[in-house]
Amino acid sequence: MENIINWMSEPWPWYVAGPLLGLTVPILLLIGNRSFGVSSSLRHVCAACVPAKIPFFSYDWKAESWNLLFVAGIVLGGVIAASVLSDPADMVVAGSTKQELMALGITRFENLLPSEIFNWENLFTMKGLIFFVLGGFMVGFGTRYAGGCTSGHAIMGISNLQWPSVVATIFFMLGGFTMTHLFLPALMRLAGF
Amino acid sequence: MSTIKSERGLALVKYLLVGMFFGIVLVKAEVISWFRIQEMFRLQSFHMYGVIGAAVAVGMLSVFLIRKFDIKTISGEKVEIKDKEFKKGQVIGGFIFGLGWAVTGACPGPIFAQMGIGYTVVVVTFISALLGTWVYGKLAEKLPN
Repeated sequence: MENIINWMSEPWPWYVAGPLLGLTVPILLLIGNRSFGVSSSLRHVCAACVPAKIPFFSYDWKAESWNLLFVAGIVLGGVIAASVLSDPADMVVAGSTKQELMALGITRFENLLPSEIFNWENLFTMKGLIFFVLGGFMVGFGTRYAGGCTSGHAIMGISNLQWPSVVATIFFMLGGFTMTHLFLPALMRLAGF
Repeated sequence: MSTIKSERGLALVKYLLVGMFFGIVLVKAEVISWFRIQEMFRLQSFHMYGVIGAAVAVGMLSVFLIRKFDIKTISGEKVEIKDKEFKKGQVIGGFIFGLGWAVTGACPGPIFAQMGIGYTVVVVTFISALLGTWVYGKLAEKLPN
């Protein structure tokens, strides 16, 4: 048992993790006829908490509460992965990526997220404004406007051969490339790195 | 929204379990890592492309098999998947999400997993994402679509 836990605690290669993530699609379809997607959970929370008589939030969100249970599960999955299956070793980041990020001012690479960015001390600073507030806003606004995210469009949509999802996925990637290569260096300087 | 019968109470627990499975894989695959997202957008690692590619391949094969053999859900219903309608949002909104993805290192799923592994400050990213969703809802009728 201990051996299995140790083995599962190491980072999983793409050819193990990718197919497992893909299995979420048939599992959700077969256990309850649900189409895989995560970003709609954000819409349901808005509809439940601050509908403000906006037509977009006027629907029976309770009928979609499976999606809220699903995301609660993701949080718990994170807790389990970080406790029972935690990996004591430093994360391995591609050498070239590490060098480019060091040139931008990132010096610590031991965890999944750079601890210099993702900490509470940064909350009321330029770092917090850019990486949490602005970044999160774009994720929420963009996915809802696009009608889905990487799970709903890139995995579920393409699995079901939906060409609008292919278009969305292409633009997800284009946005990411644009941010990384065009804006991120300036934003990081602005944040004080 | 969905035409499928709504489930309540204990029937919903199974989704919590599937979410847990999904969350564990997200973390152990390191796809919730800001660094892995940077590797992807700098084309310096195959990892993320492998994960997403393999996930799509398995998803596609599953949907194909479900259709071909008319596999029913556990409660005996026919599997229904809605078609996605094209709208300008997939271009404009998709691009905006991509910008945010590279900043936060997270799509909506990974935001929840990042909080779970102990980066509690990501709750701020989550609240901002809710705000972004709300603002979209408020402006939805005025935006090009």
